[in-house]
Amino acid sequence: MSEPVLSIENLSVSFSSRRGVARVVDGVDWEVHPGQTLAVVGESGSGKSMTVLAATGLSPRGAKVGGTVRLRGEDLGAMSEVERRRARGRHVGFVYQDPMTSLNPVMPVGRQVTEASEEHLGLRGDDARSRAVELLDMVGIPSPEQRVDNYPHQFSGGMRQRVVIAMALANDPELLIADEATTALDVTTQAQILELVESLQERLGTAVVWITHDLGVVAGIADQVAVMYGGRILEHGTVDHIFGSPGHPYTQALLAARPQPGVRADRLATIPGAPPVPHQLPPGCAFYPRCPVRGDERCRTEEPPLTEIAPGHRVRTFYRAPHSGIERPAS
Amino acid sequence: MTTEHGAVKTGDVVARVEDLHVHFSVSRSAPVRAVDGVSLEVRRGETLGLVGESGSGKSTTGLALLRLVDATGGRVEVGGQDVTDWSRRRVRSLRRRVSMVFQDPAASLDPRLTVGASITEPLIVHDLAASRDARRSRVAELLEMVGLRADMADRRPHEMSGGQKQRVGIARALAGEPDLIVLDEPIASLDLSVQAQIMNLLRGLQEQLGLTYLFISHDLAAVEHMSDRVAVMYLGRIVETGTPEQIYRNPAHPYTAALLSAVPTADPEAERRRRRITLHGDVPSPVNPPSGCRFRTRCPAARDNCATTDPELYEVEPGHRAACLYAVEAVEEMRAGAATTP
Repeated sequence: MSEPVLSIENLSVSFSSRRGVARVVDGVDWEVHPGQTLAVVGESGSGKSMTVLAATGLSPRGAKVGGTVRLRGEDLGAMSEVERRRARGRHVGFVYQDPMTSLNPVMPVGRQVTEASEEHLGLRGDDARSRAVELLDMVGIPSPEQRVDNYPHQFSGGMRQRVVIAMALANDPELLIADEATTALDVTTQAQILELVESLQERLGTAVVWITHDLGVVAGIADQVAVMYGGRILEHGTVDHIFGSPGHPYTQALLAARPQPGVRADRLATIPGAPPVPHQLPPGCAFYPRCPVRGDERCRTEEPPLTEIAPGHRVRTFYRAPHSGIERPAS
Repeated sequence: MTTEHGAVKTGDVVARVEDLHVHFSVSRSAPVRAVDGVSLEVRRGETLGLVGESGSGKSTTGLALLRLVDATGGRVEVGGQDVTDWSRRRVRSLRRRVSMVFQDPAASLDPRLTVGASITEPLIVHDLAASRDARRSRVAELLEMVGLRADMADRRPHEMSGGQKQRVGIARALAGEPDLIVLDEPIASLDLSVQAQIMNLLRGLQEQLGLTYLFISHDLAAVEHMSDRVAVMYLGRIVETGTPEQIYRNPAHPYTAALLSAVPTADPEAERRRRRITLHGDVPSPVNPPSGCRFRTRCPAARDNCATTDPELYEVEPGHRAACLYAVEAVEEMRAGAATTP
């Protein structure tokens, strides 16, 4: 297999406050290869966004970051801040949930799309402009020659997100990071954006890390899936592992909590309580207080290791529940 | 004017809107036609699901039932009474009969008030509990109904999780024993594991208390799970109504079919087989909706006369109505088209 574009090893992020130390990311490992999509799934406070921010050197002030991150094989921790910034700007593109937070409302979109190319590739003037037109065309914005001079407010939500994707792709990055990139969009627009990213990925061989809480999106786009909870990875495997034979009680409960199309059950399976707050993590397994399996004292006091249960399928639990994945009539 | 469903006993109808128009005027420019000719009925004990994308007018329709926005045309009826022109004073009593649960529980609760005080407010406004003691015990009862401990009454919203806050929002909505509860995206801002809890709570309360819901959501799977009947909205109009089985298994309107085909399902194998009907472009501006059928500019099966004829809802099978000149036929054509494109 090819060398990973981004690999993180034993990544941790913690914050100290008067209320104690909050370990928001704890011992996270994963890697993503060219042309592949890794989906990082979790609920609020699971640490899914912070993992990626820390991995790219963008964690907020006051965060204590540990572990090793390699971008294209190079250790980001060994770089100076300037080198890190250059590597990130040149090789990584970001797409966030709300396009308006990524766009400057008083600058024409064309200039914004190539701003990073001016910085990192030295693109100027007419070259920058024609590159902007090319990028807008690539992400499916109609009549890009005219639209290049428009301002963000003259675009719809879906079109703005396309502009942000054009911006993220401006330097031909090897890695695209999408943090809830379609969450604020309507489903029909979401479908358009997912298709766009898929086709661009196929053409350009970009690796994608897609952070989301939406299991439907994950099933559609991911090759690999990491399920996070309380700052840790609880389960990691291929998309078929996670949906077809989930090994962790949390993954199973999450899959069961969604209403199944065509099945109008009286009651949905629920997970009692709410996700844990980072500075009040339980001592043992983070999921123990809400776990339907509820093993024993060991679960309460000891953190289970992430164990391989099949090649490429790792689960962090002492007790795997018997149920397995989506029920599908045998064909 | 036909009503949304033909064969209904009037006595069963809790609320009805007829040819409702809500147009918002922004300065001197043309008005935004948020709701543009909607007729629907909500019957006692049922959940009517109202589904659509942003800008479809689903929330505005819900707000009109409480007179939180005023109709610029048509009628709003609650309990058989025309409330369209009720005075401000009378509208207060309307809001005891129709209450509302909002999307963001953090924004709909006063951060300075204790939870108990927030729930007490409607009891005072509607004069439902004579003494302090009566109010206190009613608050305790309401908290227990929504699955919270009575001592939560002393907490403030910031001490609670999102799911707990939404439970408080539901307790508040129950306080006046309303005939109808408008649930406007009640699970949209909650974590996945908590969404299921809230949906179960709402269904349980409905069975226990015989509640009637208007469930407004963009989440198609949640609407299917919660609803007895479903109405699909697009650009200020209802384009299709029917039972969940009719709408989800056999959509008759091209928009419904496209919407359903765009929803990703949590099944990788199904996702690989999926043939999406991709809609092109964006929803047109509600200031200038297209002539004829509003969906025609994005409809993969549009014909010439779709631009000239504004289709009305008509019955494609008992209880199942669609506003499309080529209902069913157009959907079959789109599916065939989607199956051939890779």
